[in-house]
Amino acid sequence: MDKEVRFSDDALQLVNRITSRYPEGKQKSAILPVLHIAQAEFDGWLPVPVMDYVAGLLRMQTIEVYEVASFYSMFNLKPVGKCLIEVCHTGPCWLSGSDGLLSYIEKKIGIKPGETSPDGMFTLKTVECLASCGTAPMMQIGEKYHERLTDEKCGEILDACRENGERVTHWSVKRIQNDKA
Amino acid sequence: MPKVTIDGHTLEVEEGTTILQAARMIGGEAVPPAMCYYSGLETSGGYCRTCIVEVSKGSEKDPRPMPKPVPSCRQVVMDGMEVKNTTSPKLLEARAGVVEFLLINHPLDCPVCDQAGECHLQDLSYEHGLSKSRYEFKRREFEKIDIGDKIKLHMTRCILCYRCVKVADQLCPGRVHGVINRGDVAEISTYIENAVDNEMSGNMIDVCPVGALTDRTFRFKSRVWFTKPVNAHRTCETCCGRVALWLSGDEVLRVTGRKDAYGELEKDAEGRTGWICNTCRFDKKNEADWTIEGPRHIDRHSVISQNHYETLKQLKIDISRQKKLSEKAHNE
Amino acid sequence: MSVKLLFEHLDKPGIRNLEGYRSHGGYQTLEKALRTLKPDDITGEVKKSGLRGRGGAGFPTGMKWGFLAKPEGVPRYLVCNADESEPGTFKDRYLMEHIPHLLIEGMAISSFALGAETSYIYIRGEMMYVYHILQAAIDEAYANNLLGSNIMGSGFSLDLHVHCGAGAYICGEETALLESLEGKRGNPRIKPPFPAVKGLWGCPTVVNNVETISAVVPIVRDGGDAYARIGIGRSTGTKLISASGHINNPGVYEIELGLPVEEFIYSEQWCGGITKGKKLKAVVAGGSSVPVLPAELILKTAAGEPRLMTYESLSDGGFETGTMLGSGGFIVMDEDTSIVKNLWNFTRFYHHESCGQCSPCREGTGWMEKVLHKILAGKGTRADIDLLWDIQKNIEGKTICPLGEAAAWPVAAAIRHFRAEFEELTSQITEPAGQV
Repeated sequence: MDKEVRFSDDALQLVNRITSRYPEGKQKSAILPVLHIAQAEFDGWLPVPVMDYVAGLLRMQTIEVYEVASFYSMFNLKPVGKCLIEVCHTGPCWLSGSDGLLSYIEKKIGIKPGETSPDGMFTLKTVECLASCGTAPMMQIGEKYHERLTDEKCGEILDACRENGERVTHWSVKRIQNDKA
Repeated sequence: MPKVTIDGHTLEVEEGTTILQAARMIGGEAVPPAMCYYSGLETSGGYCRTCIVEVSKGSEKDPRPMPKPVPSCRQVVMDGMEVKNTTSPKLLEARAGVVEFLLINHPLDCPVCDQAGECHLQDLSYEHGLSKSRYEFKRREFEKIDIGDKIKLHMTRCILCYRCVKVADQLCPGRVHGVINRGDVAEISTYIENAVDNEMSGNMIDVCPVGALTDRTFRFKSRVWFTKPVNAHRTCETCCGRVALWLSGDEVLRVTGRKDAYGELEKDAEGRTGWICNTCRFDKKNEADWTIEGPRHIDRHSVISQNHYETLKQLKIDISRQKKLSEKAHNE
Repeated sequence: MSVKLLFEHLDKPGIRNLEGYRSHGGYQTLEKALRTLKPDDITGEVKKSGLRGRGGAGFPTGMKWGFLAKPEGVPRYLVCNADESEPGTFKDRYLMEHIPHLLIEGMAISSFALGAETSYIYIRGEMMYVYHILQAAIDEAYANNLLGSNIMGSGFSLDLHVHCGAGAYICGEETALLESLEGKRGNPRIKPPFPAVKGLWGCPTVVNNVETISAVVPIVRDGGDAYARIGIGRSTGTKLISASGHINNPGVYEIELGLPVEEFIYSEQWCGGITKGKKLKAVVAGGSSVPVLPAELILKTAAGEPRLMTYESLSDGGFETGTMLGSGGFIVMDEDTSIVKNLWNFTRFYHHESCGQCSPCREGTGWMEKVLHKILAGKGTRADIDLLWDIQKNIEGKTICPLGEAAAWPVAAAIRHFRAEFEELTSQITEPAGQV
């Protein structure tokens, strides 16, 4: 990585706020939120130096961070596009047409699940049940649930993402800063 | 003191004793096999499920049977408990199911595996497995890697018993390897290229029940059953210095800790596990480094248990079988 | 007329905010609890209410609270399980999104009852936007002395935090959730010890589902007896049902336990019947883990009694002819649905979500998925159906945590009730494949 691995001051403040929620000496509990912040800070994924940095922040062994990061499906251990499209394909979504939605997206942006578009804009990922079964089919982009999707509606959303061109992550430091406690 | 009955044998044990520990006091057929439990490692056990037993009576106070088979390595004995190991056909069937699961992704490359002859999975498969696998899909494979200059990790053979991780946690400060990913792609790994170089790290080899972690200084030097184990010791500042040397003629081919009937390192009079350091294990390969106590009797029930074959005929049969398997593996 | 206890004020404007919530009686129950009740009184009311865990297991909540160890000088914790991930279940997300203060009030009352001074809500990471809604509500509550030190001058103090996961169904299992909250992989713990004795950071801990904790509010408000009068027999009170699949009105419904299944599926008030006027084929009544039932068995028990939405009625007949209420994830399938393909989909899910700790689940879930895939590809044989049956049987009851059962039961039920569909897809070869 070119730039020095360090969280922004805002992100560091957040880390302090989050670690204070756990008893003295249990700061390791903050690992999941802090890795979410790390993805928000470093292009939506977790390169080794970033995980090592997080290990330092939370005074953990680096292997403990790798063990955790590789366990949870929201952590990306490889680079992802600016816009990570997560399409639910579990039971109820499948009953309600997630296969069709997925092939629409594949066609529209020209990539299969697990792939990133050559321009680095989109990564497509199938995910398991997001608790949106009554509003299926659906996809998640960043923190937003896009529900009751039709091809047309989905197409508009993806066009808007491309137009916006900004990176979207599950968490954003600004967004969490608004929370007080 | 709680009283427990296992396969008809009744005994009194200390409070807090597990079913497996009680069964080991009885010995013989009553002892369930264990692939992940290791008495010298805290919090070990519970994962492999081979040691499951049927509890047909929970306790004197609550005599109801337990609804599911329980891991005997973790279940503490209650007063009046009645346990079935080999006396329950239902349980043996359940255990055979577990063994099948452990084997579906195992490469069965015993002919080219250094662990062959002292492998717990080999014994388990022989005693509880089926002659034919019902698994017809591609087996899981991983690259072989060196974790440090003395230990080879052959993840394809691993059954995820977690023992080596617990050795690292409990004996080697600054653990660098662990379990990454999850489900059936979970693997023992350092994630990045990273050497395991703690002075006690070699014990990971001794606790590995299969051929996933092997001694690089011994790899392919000899089949274990062609070597002659002797007890030996030296004065060591780091560890207990009590080892087993595996000899071929005068040559020390390998040094390991002294394993008991269950494949665990023996404990001393104070109950301390006989862990040995890497210097003793890897660097002291001359007979002159050691005071030899005498031939080592192998208690464990396995291919090497008598340190020889019963008859020459049997030896020939086994060698030809090994050869065939080896050729088959090669052709595939 | 139906009883609404959790969703009574759901449609009121501003109910998501403190002001709106308070204008409909919000936090009055907390005040009542803190001023007039002792912690044990509250546990007593919860016991009387007959409330059962709404996450899926249906274990009596009051009894669970009663197991909590109370050693001197050791903190106790209440942890809310908001890791809702069971396919077909989306009630907790709905509740937290629309009426977050109900959960917070329930957390405060329950924490007081259990003697917890720090409590956590573990929400799944994907629901990040709900995390922010909850956090905003918690901030409001702190600002108004409904959380924090000396709540409403009562002397009781509580710190309530939201903790987010990061994508792992298994963290809905209570000990995996605690591991995760401690900053580790979500590997379920081997029990005993149970969390009530050794839970979060080794301290006595109660883990309850979002809906369970929310239900404590009406129970304490109206009394346990009043709650127990709602529903039938041991299925007391109301239940949130997440309805999805081939129905006209998918969504979350609060029903009084005891509602006939047929009415729930066909009434306009609830699911509104099957889409496009098709016939009902099957229902998974309690989240993907519970046995699927064909239409005739979900509408009526084997004895010909109308099936009711209760713990007992849904499980009538055992797994031979019954199922479970589970989490209340009610997935409806019409006559055109392929049971085998749906099963493959569920099995893929469990394969993906297995933590990998114990061998039967780690190896068995993937094996079942592969066999089902082979059958769907038209390469399966009759022997594969028997093999599938054996695999699920060898997983069930042999694993560290209930994910093993969750993966095994759907397979068993699909074969039990829809064997003909498997046979249609497979050749008549009965000799097993496999290798020496």
